[in-house]
Amino acid sequence: MKEANTLILRTAALFLVPMQLLFSVFLLLRGHDEPGGGFIAGLVASGAVVLFLFSYGVSATRELLRVDPRDFLGVGLLIGLASIVPSLVLGQPAMTAQWWAIPLPGGDYYKFSTPLIFDVGVYLTVIGSILTMVVGLSESEESDA
Amino acid sequence: MLPAVLSGFILALFAPLICRVAGDRCGWVFALLPATLFVWFAGLLPDVMANGAQVVRYPWFPAMDVNLDFLVDGLSLMFALLISGIGTFILIYAGGYLKGHAFLGRFYVCMLSFMASMLGVVLSDNLVTFFVFWELTSITSYLLIGFEHEDVKARASALQGLFVTVAGGLALMAGLIMLATVAGSYSLSGVLASEADLIGHEWAVPMLLCILAGAFTKSAQVPFHFWLPNAMAAPTPVSAFLHSATMVKAGVYLLARLNPALGEAQLWTLLLSLFGGLTMFTGAFLAITHTGAKKVLAYSTIMALGTLVMLIGIGTHYALVAFATFLIAHSLYKGALFMIAGILDHETGTKDVAEMGGLARLMPVTAIAAAVAALSLAGLPPLLGFVGKELMFEAVLEAPAWQRLLPVLAVGAGIGVMVAAGIIAIKPFFGERRETPKHPHEAPLSMLAGPVVLAGLSLLFGVALFIPEQTLVGPVVASLGGVAQKVHLSLWHGVNLPLMLSLGCLLVAVVILRFWSSLQPQLAIVRDGLGRFGPEAGYFRIMEWLTRIATWQTRVLQNGTMGNYMITLALTTVGITGFTLFTQYGLPLRLPVPDSGFAAGIALLMVMSAFFATSTISRLGAVAAMSVVGFAVALIFILFSAPDLGITQILVETLTVILLVLVLFRLPGFTRMSSPLERGRDIIVAVLFGSLMTVLILAATEVQFFDPISAEHVARSVSDGHGRNIVNVILVDFRALDTLGEIFVLALAATGVYSMIRFKAEEQSA
Repeated sequence: MKEANTLILRTAALFLVPMQLLFSVFLLLRGHDEPGGGFIAGLVASGAVVLFLFSYGVSATRELLRVDPRDFLGVGLLIGLASIVPSLVLGQPAMTAQWWAIPLPGGDYYKFSTPLIFDVGVYLTVIGSILTMVVGLSESEESDA
Repeated sequence: MLPAVLSGFILALFAPLICRVAGDRCGWVFALLPATLFVWFAGLLPDVMANGAQVVRYPWFPAMDVNLDFLVDGLSLMFALLISGIGTFILIYAGGYLKGHAFLGRFYVCMLSFMASMLGVVLSDNLVTFFVFWELTSITSYLLIGFEHEDVKARASALQGLFVTVAGGLALMAGLIMLATVAGSYSLSGVLASEADLIGHEWAVPMLLCILAGAFTKSAQVPFHFWLPNAMAAPTPVSAFLHSATMVKAGVYLLARLNPALGEAQLWTLLLSLFGGLTMFTGAFLAITHTGAKKVLAYSTIMALGTLVMLIGIGTHYALVAFATFLIAHSLYKGALFMIAGILDHETGTKDVAEMGGLARLMPVTAIAAAVAALSLAGLPPLLGFVGKELMFEAVLEAPAWQRLLPVLAVGAGIGVMVAAGIIAIKPFFGERRETPKHPHEAPLSMLAGPVVLAGLSLLFGVALFIPEQTLVGPVVASLGGVAQKVHLSLWHGVNLPLMLSLGCLLVAVVILRFWSSLQPQLAIVRDGLGRFGPEAGYFRIMEWLTRIATWQTRVLQNGTMGNYMITLALTTVGITGFTLFTQYGLPLRLPVPDSGFAAGIALLMVMSAFFATSTISRLGAVAAMSVVGFAVALIFILFSAPDLGITQILVETLTVILLVLVLFRLPGFTRMSSPLERGRDIIVAVLFGSLMTVLILAATEVQFFDPISAEHVARSVSDGHGRNIVNVILVDFRALDTLGEIFVLALAATGVYSMIRFKAEEQSA
């Protein structure tokens, strides 16, 4: 698929893509208490990248990502697995959630935890699988054309 | 214990790096790990000798009875010592043997993982972890056998080994599950201590057969023995390790481990002693029909494996003592002899012993080590092999089953290995000096260290029998269900029947050896004649049929028409699910009525879009209509106040439309390709499937087996999960294991799609 040569889409994408990516991180971090979470955030983030891909084409998207979309898969799965390690180190049953309160400026605390690490793994895996498919499909179209 | 098992895998990760840094000396560096482990395992010995078996526990998923437990007793410790001890020398040896090989790093990755998996097999207490390690040895050995992957033969042999051992592994899995169910425990120590009647249970026979299938394929028993000699395609260090201390011994280990629990079963005794005896004889016979040094040794390994299995089957006190002694002796001399065979190959440039001669003067150290190890193989005093063989004769003579057959097989095998030992130790080193493709020198230190030490130990243990007796054989016999205090080894038992048999064997062997050069071609003809009806021919026939069936099945089920796939899937689901549903629960006919006009409106919207999707001739229109259905589902989620599900549904719908549009670009123009009759058929299938799903959902809301756990989830979300978003707490905490599985599936699916697109693109560009 040739990139859509529309000025409106391109200009809008430049504003929308970073905001959508930020929004996905927001969804990821608040997911434990409010609607959101790794899966949804991953879908939103992939949506952002797909929007960029539609307006600027595959090679520009690859440059934006810097790594192969497939690497997200491996890293995501590894992070997911890594979230098991703290419980094993502490001698508890695997996947027992660990919670740490991280002090924030202003006297507040952020609940950092192994479920969050796990959710980051889910987030990256979702991004990786969607982008692997979309980028793969668009590339094969370009090679057909 | 956990670090001991895992360290091999961890070191394997860094192996390529270490190879690059350490260069030619990397073998010595890697050997530090097994050497350390050896010392550490040896340090556990006194405790085990004094206090018996111990279980080291690492709870993993205790709620599901999945624990990483390790069982440390005489048997597992002896295996661990053999694996780490021989492994040390193998790693050093490999550094010399494969010096300068382009893929040395890759080799050490496989080798170290293989060693670690094997340690896992012999130390695991949990049956599940045991099985995982068991399969890991199959996979890593596959990589090792096929290491020279540019060689067609190596690839074929690797695949053959994998097929045979993994097929057995599947049977073993079934057997272990039955065993665990009957014994009521998934731990080996639990099974061994179980009060349940394992032998009288109605599953006893299938359970035994499944377990034996696994052990026999792994340990290359007749009729599965053919993969082992073919595995010689591996580099020699691998063969040496595979044959002496690892892989094939895994099956023997399993049988020995379960002997206390199942040894009383008559079927166990009969099958083990019969198949073991036959394997012993077959191995010994085939050994002397070959001229390749590694082949001769490979078949003598089969003989040894047969002997070990037979001894477990006999199961008397003598047999157990013989088992332990023979096992140690075999590991020592076989490791040494394989490394020597590798040295010969490396230095002379040929594998055929018939082409070698008079090498003793050029490589004296190798010759002495070979002579000592071969004497142990032949079972001559004062080596450990002699003690093992005498005990074996003794055990065979008092066997509870097949008493007439086993001694005959044992004597035949005894003659065979003596000849084999002669072929290995006399032919290449003595007699007339022959020209070989390369001019041989004494091997470097890295390659000599292993054979010399292992052969030296064969001699030391034979002379100072109290060392193996108290440290190894006693504890092993104790963990096999015997009495350690009754173990007494000695070289001289007086003039008795076993000694006479040994003498007889020796005489015949000397005669055969004298005429072996002229006898061997005839034996080879007999062997090849029999081979046409042998199990390996059967293996090829099975593989051929498998391919044929697969081709036929692919033609029928996967003919490339999407519509056909859908029909097959839909009808199968309707058939199986529908049958179960109607026979178990009948037809739930209470149709719920939508409680608001809003819900009814959404339902109407969905029905209309679905109809539009099926009747439009525009693909884009169909996709859009389908996505309307999807968005309507999202609305329903929101109606029932499930924002997370709603958001997810909307996002998934959006991305699905994008993916579909990307695919639509690739399709040719819309044409009608089906006849009205076919369309009628499709409508019927679609209606059937739709009705089934409707009924299924109605039934699902009606039939409740248990109280729903959602109330529990809601109640514990904040207190235990520290989160107010219940959906997310369930996903990442309560049921994180499920989610972990799901993201793996997701990644796999993406990889599948990617490779499909990729291969297609490459085909087209090629």
